[in-house]
Amino acid sequence: MERKTQVHAELGKQEIVITREFDLPLKLLFKAYEEPGIVEQWMGTKVLKLENKKHGSFQFETTDPMGNKHPFSGTIHEFVPNKKITRTFEMENADFGAQLEFLEFEDLDRNTSKLTMHVIYRSVEIRDAILKLPFAQGINMAHNRLQEIVNKLK
Amino acid sequence: MELRRDVFQAIADPTRRVILTLLAIQAMTPGAIASKFDSSRQTISKHIQILTECDLLKQEQSGREIYYHLNPQGMKEIADFIEPFRNMWDDRFNKLESIMKNYKSDQ
Repeated sequence: MERKTQVHAELGKQEIVITREFDLPLKLLFKAYEEPGIVEQWMGTKVLKLENKKHGSFQFETTDPMGNKHPFSGTIHEFVPNKKITRTFEMENADFGAQLEFLEFEDLDRNTSKLTMHVIYRSVEIRDAILKLPFAQGINMAHNRLQEIVNKLK
Repeated sequence: MELRRDVFQAIADPTRRVILTLLAIQAMTPGAIASKFDSSRQTISKHIQILTECDLLKQEQSGREIYYHLNPQGMKEIADFIEPFRNMWDDRFNKLESIMKNYKSDQ
């Protein structure tokens, strides 16, 4: 089966392309990026600010299970409804710096649409580190879980 | 786990990435690989050694010559690293899809 979400990361490049086909009309897909209340639901983050316009900016904040706050933010360079969003994105408490994101929305037919996210990082090393993040977190979680079990045994 | 971390270290180096790209096209002898670089043969040989240790390359003896090939299994290790990242986005997008399907039916 063809996977709905695909990540293309070529060896030695400082960019990735994420594509996803949705069983949603284009307008609904775009709305999920436009409406702060909806962004909060699917991104699992608080939306502090979201100015959908050229020269606008956004600020999100996620709280992890330990209660630590993780702010994300960026500037919007292009905002063309149902077509594209060009923006920067930065995790404020990480050392990765800003990344540049080109989001393109297109309709496939009346009820399906496609999102292409082209993300450019400052260097190959930063890209690879970010790609590895969920992997590293998975390991950490497994490790914490192990620690919990061990603590109970004590 | 140590080995997997090494794979990413192996491909972090620009010379080693060029070696991988060369070998993606065809199997080559160490001499042929070294001839593509200005660096000394020893330096290149060190890079080849690191790539081999990380299972990204395989050696094959052909007569007197040793040929290096890409090891598809080792390259898959890199793809496996990316899988949790892909899953993270897949989960988010699945959520987006189900939220918007309900949104549609609310209208």
